[in-house]
Amino acid sequence: MTRSLRRTSSAARACLLLFVASAAVHAQAQSKPSITDPRFSLRGGWNDAQEAISNLTLVAHRNRPDGFFNPADAGDFAFVNSDLAFDGKYAFIGGYHGFQIWDVSTPASPTLRLAFPCPGGQGDLSVYRNLLFMSVEENKGRVDCGAQGVSGAVNAERFMGVRIFDISDIDHPRQVGAVQTCRGSHTHTLLPDPKDPGTVYVYVSGTNDVRNVGDLAGCSDGDPKSDSATARFRIDVIRVPVAAPQDARVVSRPRVFADRRTNAIRGLWRGGTHGAGTQETAETDQCHDITVYPAIGLAAGACSGNGILLDIRDPANPRRVDEVIDPNFAYWHSATFSNDGSKLLFSDEWGGGVGAKCRATDKMTWGANAIFALRNRKLIPQGHYKLPSAQKESENCVAHNGSLIPVPGRDIMVQAWYQGGLSVFDFTNPRKPVEIAYFDRGPINPAELTLAGFWSAYWYNGYIYGSEIGRGLDVLELKPSPMLTQNEIDAAKSVQFAGSNPQLQQQLVWAPSFVVARAYVDQLDRGNGLPAAQITSIMASLGMAEQQSGDARAATLRALATRLDRAAALATDRTRVKALAATVKGLAAAGA
Amino acid sequence: MYPTRSLRLAATVVLSLAAPVLAAQPAASGRRQVTAADIQFMQEMIAHHNQAIEMTVLLPTRTRRTDLVTLGARISISQTDEIGVMRRWLARHGAAADSASAHAMAGHGEPAVSAGPVTPEMSGRHGMPGMLTATQMMALRKARGRTFERLFLQGMIQHHEGALAMVKALMETPGAAQESALNRFVNDVSADQRAEIARMRRLIPRT
Repeated sequence: MTRSLRRTSSAARACLLLFVASAAVHAQAQSKPSITDPRFSLRGGWNDAQEAISNLTLVAHRNRPDGFFNPADAGDFAFVNSDLAFDGKYAFIGGYHGFQIWDVSTPASPTLRLAFPCPGGQGDLSVYRNLLFMSVEENKGRVDCGAQGVSGAVNAERFMGVRIFDISDIDHPRQVGAVQTCRGSHTHTLLPDPKDPGTVYVYVSGTNDVRNVGDLAGCSDGDPKSDSATARFRIDVIRVPVAAPQDARVVSRPRVFADRRTNAIRGLWRGGTHGAGTQETAETDQCHDITVYPAIGLAAGACSGNGILLDIRDPANPRRVDEVIDPNFAYWHSATFSNDGSKLLFSDEWGGGVGAKCRATDKMTWGANAIFALRNRKLIPQGHYKLPSAQKESENCVAHNGSLIPVPGRDIMVQAWYQGGLSVFDFTNPRKPVEIAYFDRGPINPAELTLAGFWSAYWYNGYIYGSEIGRGLDVLELKPSPMLTQNEIDAAKSVQFAGSNPQLQQQLVWAPSFVVARAYVDQLDRGNGLPAAQITSIMASLGMAEQQSGDARAATLRALATRLDRAAALATDRTRVKALAATVKGLAAAGA
Repeated sequence: MYPTRSLRLAATVVLSLAAPVLAAQPAASGRRQVTAADIQFMQEMIAHHNQAIEMTVLLPTRTRRTDLVTLGARISISQTDEIGVMRRWLARHGAAADSASAHAMAGHGEPAVSAGPVTPEMSGRHGMPGMLTATQMMALRKARGRTFERLFLQGMIQHHEGALAMVKALMETPGAAQESALNRFVNDVSADQRAEIARMRRLIPRT
């Protein structure tokens, strides 16, 4: 541990220096959130707050449905909207009171299909085939989804863990499985068995106090030094036979924080500060969230005091291969891989999501994202990204859940910042992330901090969906700007998935198309990756080919590909020219 | 959103609204019933936290160890924040921030003869787990240097373990800890105090 900590902290210092050095030349590299940004001074209100929007269009908004909010209290914790999952034409919104299923087949006109009460929080959701998974962590959670609560520390009616619903009949979900865990389920992550599509694993991150052993057998809360069975310092892995979800059970409890040499259970960050002027970081005795990326066989665990990297090729037995700290982080919350697996972005939920941590006085490296390079399964710190705009004292604000936007050739992400709104940013250069677009509302209650804002903001099949804790569902569409062209947006929209659970990252693949080719050309133009004359000539060839058909089109495209191969050798942005050439060759081969 | 460390803030956020809602709500509202045990827990925890703050006040004049002074400052800040949360929660549920039982348990001895604010040095009898006795507080006040450091850490660990026992007792009380914000708050208190106990154990001077 010590060795690793030293390595990381010195690297983090180096990265801070880089950040400072770049501040003078780069507008985005600021030391404190901006109070001149339009997002800072928005008029507040529950359903009538002033909005600020840049390079996005808000195409739809829907309030929380009746029964899923308290009319007397916008911030009633019992009705918080939480995380999102997607399947086909449906968006699933989790929450403390239950879940909602929205039909988004017309994204500009979402319609509520079902509001299903099932209290227990956080209510994070995932969908796999006909099964819907839901995290439950509150003391009042009941096996039967009832709202009457559960009495006492030992009660057979209590449910804390992962519920499984069969949603084959979307209007009548049936609870077909329920796996209890010792610390409940704050979040969970699905991992399909790479060898058996009929089996899915669930990585459970539980963050509550350990339950009474009478409430759930085997739950031990001893000191890790003497109690090898402690329910802390582990994750729980559930194996679910998709055809028999009633047989779902915990199959392993990996000690992913163990010391590599001694195997001591408590082997990572012990909690506390990293020295004068640093953040106080929580102890690593739990994961908050785990993002799996099966395409590269790795998972990223955001685990309270550390970011960890797990080899997940054997799903029931994840093995830690690296870990990092960051002296700016208070609580490691979530993670997102770049599509090519060369970068990993971790988010810090300083203040737990309920504090105002985007104030004009707050550092740009606290409550932010830390971006790491990922090389040979080792993480190397690069830079930080935080919402550039300051927010008011009355607005809970910190980095939260987001996902990649599938623009080819760039690393772009949309992310929720609670009452800081949502922010779209580019981290292709991990030392110099830059904002592209945003949407924000004024405080839900300007008089005092009241919980609200975006819990999650995710891209799904061409649109950005936001789950707003106190206000409902938002759907947004990207608008072109000098930082993102229409071709790049259309190329992103060309990537379509059958469904999406953002913590189960799917590899983005761009089928060759004219719009993908033009997206690359636009990027070469913006970044001066090729001389202007060549850009014009390439665009002309693409335009000509698109007008043509059959053999003539193929011939034009093959000629262009040959020119691009030659240009690549001399180009300043060789990788991008090669990607363009590959797209053009793919188009030619498609014969279209 | 994560449920540790900053749940005091979570509770602040949720509870600071002015809606005066008391006790049983219809299930349809989703709000859990608040019991007398919940209210008593919050009242007693305020008194309990007050003693921790009282102890941290002694630090700067009795030790030169900056790690202890820093730790004390953090404890003081977090417990002050939590007292604010508890006061607002109680106000929202129509209850006073203190009660006769909390006064008595905080160490006033017989409620009939007690008057004025609760201060630990007035302690005579201690009904709440982990509260330092008047004798312990006196010894702490008189001590300096390494003796003080050891007494402070031992005392604060005892005090924090008492808070954990109070949380455990609440969870075991029929009908208690069902309201969302309270439930999250007690998880937060528990996580914070556990973390501080672990940190303090590492700081105890070896003799």
